[in-house]
Amino acid sequence: MLELKSIDAGYGSFQALFDVSLDVKAGEAVGVIGPNGAGKTTLMRVISGLIRPIKGRIAMEGTDVAATPAHRIVSLGIAHVPENRRLFPRLTVADNLKMGAYMPGARAKYAERLDFVFDLFPRMKERRNQMAGTMSGGEQQMCAIGRALMSNPKLLLLDEPSAGLAPVVVQQVFELVKRIRASGLTVLIVEQNVQQVLRVVDRAYLLEAGSIRAAGTAEELAASDTIRQAYLGV
Amino acid sequence: MQSFLDIFDIYLLEAVINGILLGGVLALLALGLNLIFGVIDVTWICYAELVMIGMYGMYYLVQVYHLPYWAAAPLVILLVALLGAALHYLVIAPLLTAPPINQLLATGGVLFILQSFATVAFGIDFRNLGIRLPVLALGEMNFSYARLLSFVAALLGMIGVYLFLTRTFTGTAIRAIAQDRQIMPLMGVDTKRIYLITSAVGGGLAGLAACLLVLQYDVHPFVGLSFGPITFLICVLGGLGNFIGGFIAAFVFAEIISLGGLFSDLEWGYVLAFAFFIVMMFIRPAGLLARRS
Amino acid sequence: MNRQLAGWIIALIVLVAVPFVHRDPYHLHILVLILIWSFAYTSWSIMGRFGLVSLGHGGFMGIGAYVTALLWNHLGITPWIGIPLSMATAGVLALIVAYPCFRFRITGHYFVLVTLALSGIVLQVITATRDYTGGSLGYTPQRAPSGKGLIALQFDDKTTWYLIALTVWVVGLAVWRAIDRSMSRHAMEAISEDEDAAAAAGVNVTAEKLKITLISALMTALAGALYCQYQMFISPDTVSGIAVSLQMVFAAIVGGVYVALGPTVGAIITILLAEVLRISFGTKAVGWDNLVYGVLLVLFIIFLPKGILGSVIDLVKSPRKPPRGHEQQTVPIARR
Repeated sequence: MLELKSIDAGYGSFQALFDVSLDVKAGEAVGVIGPNGAGKTTLMRVISGLIRPIKGRIAMEGTDVAATPAHRIVSLGIAHVPENRRLFPRLTVADNLKMGAYMPGARAKYAERLDFVFDLFPRMKERRNQMAGTMSGGEQQMCAIGRALMSNPKLLLLDEPSAGLAPVVVQQVFELVKRIRASGLTVLIVEQNVQQVLRVVDRAYLLEAGSIRAAGTAEELAASDTIRQAYLGV
Repeated sequence: MQSFLDIFDIYLLEAVINGILLGGVLALLALGLNLIFGVIDVTWICYAELVMIGMYGMYYLVQVYHLPYWAAAPLVILLVALLGAALHYLVIAPLLTAPPINQLLATGGVLFILQSFATVAFGIDFRNLGIRLPVLALGEMNFSYARLLSFVAALLGMIGVYLFLTRTFTGTAIRAIAQDRQIMPLMGVDTKRIYLITSAVGGGLAGLAACLLVLQYDVHPFVGLSFGPITFLICVLGGLGNFIGGFIAAFVFAEIISLGGLFSDLEWGYVLAFAFFIVMMFIRPAGLLARRS
Repeated sequence: MNRQLAGWIIALIVLVAVPFVHRDPYHLHILVLILIWSFAYTSWSIMGRFGLVSLGHGGFMGIGAYVTALLWNHLGITPWIGIPLSMATAGVLALIVAYPCFRFRITGHYFVLVTLALSGIVLQVITATRDYTGGSLGYTPQRAPSGKGLIALQFDDKTTWYLIALTVWVVGLAVWRAIDRSMSRHAMEAISEDEDAAAAAGVNVTAEKLKITLISALMTALAGALYCQYQMFISPDTVSGIAVSLQMVFAAIVGGVYVALGPTVGAIITILLAEVLRISFGTKAVGWDNLVYGVLLVLFIIFLPKGILGSVIDLVKSPRKPPRGHEQQTVPIARR
């Protein structure tokens, strides 16, 4: 579904990604793990068009999107849940969800999608008239994922969904990710919480200092010595 | 002595009500400026000059081309909306990454351009619509229909903007963009388009204000100077980008101008308003309804 | 250093000699205007270079002109006393408006809009007091009886005015230079970078800003008074109001605010431009000159934001290095 080939990317003169290649097949859940500053968020931003790659190819379902303006990427079926959720704090939950359905294709199915999101997150239905910024971290994460789902995406990009959340809530968030997968969505998830993420993904890549250092199934990576020592603390 | 006070009471009440009526139009102008500032982070110093161009538009359509008022008004609103969009496209958009002060001064240049354009195109004579609306006598108080109509139309205009901002996808995006500019593309929002739409709406509000002000005031190339500064003071006192603050501040200033004008010329009302503003800066430096960040 | 000083002295001698060599009254008239406005624009730049963008200077200039003229006409107070009084009036007003602004950290857009309103209000007051000031029709100081020209500060001789304007202009540059070399400059630069950091480093932010504002306002009022005495006619639109404030900002930007002679270059360019436009369009098409002027100024801000002199100096100093504005453009995260 999504294919990245030899991507170099960065900000100004600072290069954050070096020759990164990865692919995500339809129906898969894929993780990208790695330490802080490894370039994980940059990777997400390159895919959703917020940053242009310096070189390399990004293909979504076979079409090259490296030159597509960021605001058109959503209509190709890629929804990005940014790091730290980035809700509109002084808009209501309902308005935040509405923003997720902004692009014309999604507007037509707005009511339908809203029902879908409210089914998935009944809590959001209760809180729909509350200002998004006044909710708890876990609820905000739900709202952010819900907002991304409003656009009826094929591929969901999750950037550090567990960041800044209490351990119990982290557990809940990963349960959510499982449920979203079960609904047939393809998921690409970037995480520092390696232990948790390897339980919900099929395959994963290890990104360190801007380069892919290892790749394999979740089981393979969980069993690998380097990862066990560096990230799982075993 | 007693009868003097009676008359004074009536004048006072009349002035208070006239202040409220004036407040409607000022609130409309403040809303337009706040909308643009909230979304694009730019203040159009030439905002009152857009109104002036709109007033000339009304004058020409009604007096020269003999269109009825109700047919001319939508055309003028459209015209000034286009002017607003053009201003953004030609002047603001190339300066979006420049220091804010340059954007501000560039709109100051546009102020020059619009004033001198009006001087060249229309001359410096005072002109009016030649429409004299009747006066409503309520007991011993007199209110001009022009002011009542302006007030009602201004309120309707503001309600219209409110519905647009809360009910439509585009309106929601306009409110969202001020809170987080960078992630807008992730929602599929083309920020450039939102800026253009906001500028057009801001221009449209100036156009509506023009249609209303032309009922009460003569138009000349420098007419913008008589209500531009007061609009800026309203926006600063209400907090730039704060719609509700601007709304309240508009009525406060309108009352000061109206009551100040009761005792002497209207200009002194403005001076009083400025003095009040300076005092308010000491009392509430962060604006009337400051939101602590 | 000595060579630079020598250069300045020679330039000064040449400037002093001009009216004795070249006596064309029209050219001298233009030179006097350029010198007076250069002084006004330099006054504005004293604040403007530190990011204190005031659109209230039209107000200060109007006060300088009108207070001096009113005192002379109504109370017979000589401009020699009237001018200091008018400067004091402008200074007090500047302090009243600026103190709350600086004390409560009203900066950026807010400061511009507040000062903009100030010049608008001064214009309104001049118009409102039309019984005394003649309102929008303008105002003329009474001619002094012959022989009393010195007391009334009225001279028919263009050479005298040229020398007065030249002196004031040099004083303006000297003030600019004195500030440039003082501790205030470092304090103000720190403040314009980051107010909190400057305050933490022990800079009295409010006092420093007020000092600069006061100097700038006093000088601007003096420029207004001189303009009035020279032209012997003032109207609210030519010495006060938003248009005059904007004119100052534009000229300073056209010339560049970071160089002492920048505002002077701005004055030369804008006044010559206005004069050429006025002559070529004639009196039958009022407004055309300002229209062209406005368009050029907008183009200037878009394409040459550092001003002509600033851009040229940049080019000479570091021909390869792109101006800083472009560097910032590549990082789109700067805006909130």
